[in-house]
Amino acid sequence: MAIIKFSRKQFEKEIGKLDESMQHKIAMFGTTLESFDNKKIEIEIFPNRPDLLSYQGFKRSFLIFLGKKGKTGLKQYKIKKPGKNYTVTIAPSLKNIRPFTVCAIVKNLKFDDEKIKEIIDMQEKLHMTVGRNRKKVAIGIYPLEKINLPIKFEAKEPNKIKFRPLEMNREMNGFQILQRHPTGKHYAHLLSGKPKFPIFSDSKGKVLSMPPIINSDETGKINEKTTKVFIECSGFDFEIQSKVLNMIITTLADMGGTVYAMRLKYGNKTIITPNLKPEKMKIKKENTNKLLGLKLNEKQMKNLIEKMGYDCNNKGKELQIFIPAWRADIMHEVDLIEDIAIAYGFDNFEPEIPNISTIGEEDKKEIIKRKIANILIGLGFLELSNYHLTKKDDQFKKMKTNENKEKFIELKESKTEYTILRKNLSHYLLKIFSENVDIEYPQKIFESGIVFDELKENQNLAVAVSPGNFTESKQILEYLSKMLDIKINVRKPSQIPKHFIEGRTAEIILENKAIGYIGEIHPSILKNWHIKMPVAIFEISLQEIFEKFLD
Amino acid sequence: MPKEPKKEIDEIQKIAESLSEIERKIIPYLEERDIKKLEKLSELDRVSIVRALNFLKNKGLIKLEIGRQKIIELGVNGVLYKKKGLPERKFLNILEEIRKTLSIEEIKKQSKLSNNEFTAALGALKNKALIELKDKKISLKTSKEELMEKTFEEKLIETLPRPLDKLAPEELQALENLKKRKNIIEIKDQQKISYSLTELGIEVSKISEKISEKLIEQITPNLIKNQEYKGKKFRRYDIISPVSKIYGGKRHFTNQAIDHARKIWTDMGFKEMTGSLIQSSFWNFDALFTAQDHPVREMQDTFFIDKQTELPDKKIVTAIKKAHENGVDGSKGWRYKWQEQEAKKLVLRTHTTCLSAQTIAKLNQKDLPAKFFAIGTNFRNETVDWNHGFELLQSEGIVIDENANFRHLLGYLKQFAKKMGFEKIRFRPAYFPYTEPSLEGDVWDEEKKQWIELIAAGIFRPEVTEPLFGKPIPVLAWGPGFGRMLMAVFNIKDIRELNKNDIEQLRKIKFLVE
Repeated sequence: MAIIKFSRKQFEKEIGKLDESMQHKIAMFGTTLESFDNKKIEIEIFPNRPDLLSYQGFKRSFLIFLGKKGKTGLKQYKIKKPGKNYTVTIAPSLKNIRPFTVCAIVKNLKFDDEKIKEIIDMQEKLHMTVGRNRKKVAIGIYPLEKINLPIKFEAKEPNKIKFRPLEMNREMNGFQILQRHPTGKHYAHLLSGKPKFPIFSDSKGKVLSMPPIINSDETGKINEKTTKVFIECSGFDFEIQSKVLNMIITTLADMGGTVYAMRLKYGNKTIITPNLKPEKMKIKKENTNKLLGLKLNEKQMKNLIEKMGYDCNNKGKELQIFIPAWRADIMHEVDLIEDIAIAYGFDNFEPEIPNISTIGEEDKKEIIKRKIANILIGLGFLELSNYHLTKKDDQFKKMKTNENKEKFIELKESKTEYTILRKNLSHYLLKIFSENVDIEYPQKIFESGIVFDELKENQNLAVAVSPGNFTESKQILEYLSKMLDIKINVRKPSQIPKHFIEGRTAEIILENKAIGYIGEIHPSILKNWHIKMPVAIFEISLQEIFEKFLD
Repeated sequence: MPKEPKKEIDEIQKIAESLSEIERKIIPYLEERDIKKLEKLSELDRVSIVRALNFLKNKGLIKLEIGRQKIIELGVNGVLYKKKGLPERKFLNILEEIRKTLSIEEIKKQSKLSNNEFTAALGALKNKALIELKDKKISLKTSKEELMEKTFEEKLIETLPRPLDKLAPEELQALENLKKRKNIIEIKDQQKISYSLTELGIEVSKISEKISEKLIEQITPNLIKNQEYKGKKFRRYDIISPVSKIYGGKRHFTNQAIDHARKIWTDMGFKEMTGSLIQSSFWNFDALFTAQDHPVREMQDTFFIDKQTELPDKKIVTAIKKAHENGVDGSKGWRYKWQEQEAKKLVLRTHTTCLSAQTIAKLNQKDLPAKFFAIGTNFRNETVDWNHGFELLQSEGIVIDENANFRHLLGYLKQFAKKMGFEKIRFRPAYFPYTEPSLEGDVWDEEKKQWIELIAAGIFRPEVTEPLFGKPIPVLAWGPGFGRMLMAVFNIKDIRELNKNDIEQLRKIKFLVE
């Protein structure tokens, strides 16, 4: 969840008073007002709108949404032609390492603490979101005063890369940065294993940065004295990199900067970036009205889409939409239709319940499970609800089961001690007894739920009484059988689960099919769980019972 | 006036009739102030006596004070010395027998006292000036008669245990002396009960025995059959006094809430979908247009299982691959190379939306319009605290209808919120990866006077519905924040309580009234 913070004073000066109506408008724009006080405003930006991750970006779109200054539609920015030496050469050695970069130069900047903070904040948030933690896109911003154009982007052997990274007082090579620099260690996984690491360097051979890890302390740090910057976005997705670059340069332009294009030399091919040419997409008027349940005419649609910062031309049954080059979320006409809905105002839609008739229906198994629960409740039993995940020790060791002889599913890299899928409910019922030894007895508990036989999922039922003995447990089982009108019986078990007492255990059968066990828990197991009272329990598979009812 | 005293007698009579068995058992003996003796006389144990005394106090028949008092008891050594005599007695006996001066070493040897005991005895005797110590030699300083008399310490030991406040001044001095020595004395803090009959109590006790013989206690089958109640009175109960608690069986509160939600959905014409907790990445992510490099598909966020599964039939796999790579229905798609291998990975489902996807995939045109809901557990690889857990209860519903639109979605949501007990709902734009438009519904909490986030909703993207259904179709989808609602209804502040199974809590928690 990305939150942007900005000064309330600035907001009220440049956008408007933060009264109730304004708060409502912020919410209706699709940006949740998280919190505010006299000084600060915090709003949440959804992941589909990285272009709003700076105050400037938010202000740009929100002012158009408000229709202020009589100006709606696509905001235009002027990009000056590249000057002499405004060139970046991209070496073929970057293939499979970090193949692309897009670049720009912005001049006439007047930075202060606030602005620098806004830029760094936006950079970090773009890294986290669209940049996929710098994997897909990494952004570098450098003071042009300290750089000699043109610039070279290439891949070099790590031990031949030498520069002083940010926050270090000595030179390091590529490997050392990944091993010793705090930021280097954090992002090391993005380069480790590659034969060469990418670097930007200037015409005098000074290293600017080793993306996506770290900038040079000398050439890669902007401050209040910086008036012109070189910007690059490196990564694996040229299109998204271009959009991220557009988000940054428009923000800097909104701060008063002048944007210059750069020539990117990919072998024989030269590409000029940034490119603010709007992308075009058509929307069908009919589809718009059908999806939204509205009857908008062409003019209304045009007005609405322009309030969301697009330009629009009429093309008969369709509208031709010009999409700002910094919008990264427009994939299908529904994305534009949603923006029309936002401009229309979610609170202006008239909710309607269509007159269609369908028959509601519960899952049959759930109905049977509820019936079983109600029968047991009649006997004074409390229903439990345990996790589907369990601890290995609880499932095996405490039940005297050898985990090496059992098949079970272990989850990869679970963040808790609950690392496996439960194989039965009985061990969980004992766990609950053990956690409630000081609570008034008798304790009568049951649970029905999913257990796992490797990847197979079964519904089980377990019922336990403490203090309890075999007779009581069998009485419950028989009552349940009678109430469900099915023939559940017990027989001598061919094999006894380890947690029961031999001679006080039976196999439970439904029409000759074994469905579970009933018996008294062995005192040594009770001891493992620190349970001081005798426990009688049965656990059955519900599968066969479901089948009987669903026939 | 003759009326007044008569009423009083009536009152006394009524009180006497209301005495319980244990009260009646002790009331004749309340002249006796010692509770131990009372135990013997009434043949009741101490707990019952205390209960009975409390009952009598509540009826105003006795004055009762339950305080604490200090009791002096013998310690381990004290018990021994009571039997064998104090070390100084041994010491004196030896001196007396030999009747002459002895060296310290000699006495020590003959008395067989330990170092500690010897030092203590020596000190005690010196203090009392019974002996004289000169040049490491000890001689007696008293007559035989005086020697034979017991010391205060010896006397005190013989009388223990006794309450501290009953000790005479010279006994207190002896106690101080003994307290300095090891394990002779123990002082214990005990409950002290004192009581005395009130005037009313005296009156009641006079008639209680007479009355009690005629009172009916338990109603027995014989009593009913033989009409033994005729001409007799029933003992009156103290109807105000508290009774011990009992607890009934109950469904777990989460399941009560699930059933409640189930009823809302079925009332609105929705059919239940169920399915596995273990799902392929294909159904959990790919079918819902979640790009394969999306962070939610990392082990950081999702539980993966180290096994693979087969993908469903080729047709749908190809369609979904196409939706991701180049898009369908005019969409640009995610533009990357979609990997089958990635889709085969097994996960614990992260949402019930995978069931919606499977349901849509099975539908035919002739089944429409159709409405489905699911309710169940989903998983996230999370550390656990009051606000986070690795298992989450969620519920969601979908409407598949060729003519469905955004206004219908709002209509359903309004109805759904009403069924959940909220009259006022408002809608805000939101973002969810597989719906467009997306929105959140806030409902007005009349009690807390504030808007609360309740529902996430949207219309499935064509990139989701086209590959599943064969053509793009509007599917309205929404889900309430089920876990949060549940916690609000049952006043639970910590998410871990949902699976804690604290038996006392389960016994006491309120029953959901629908």
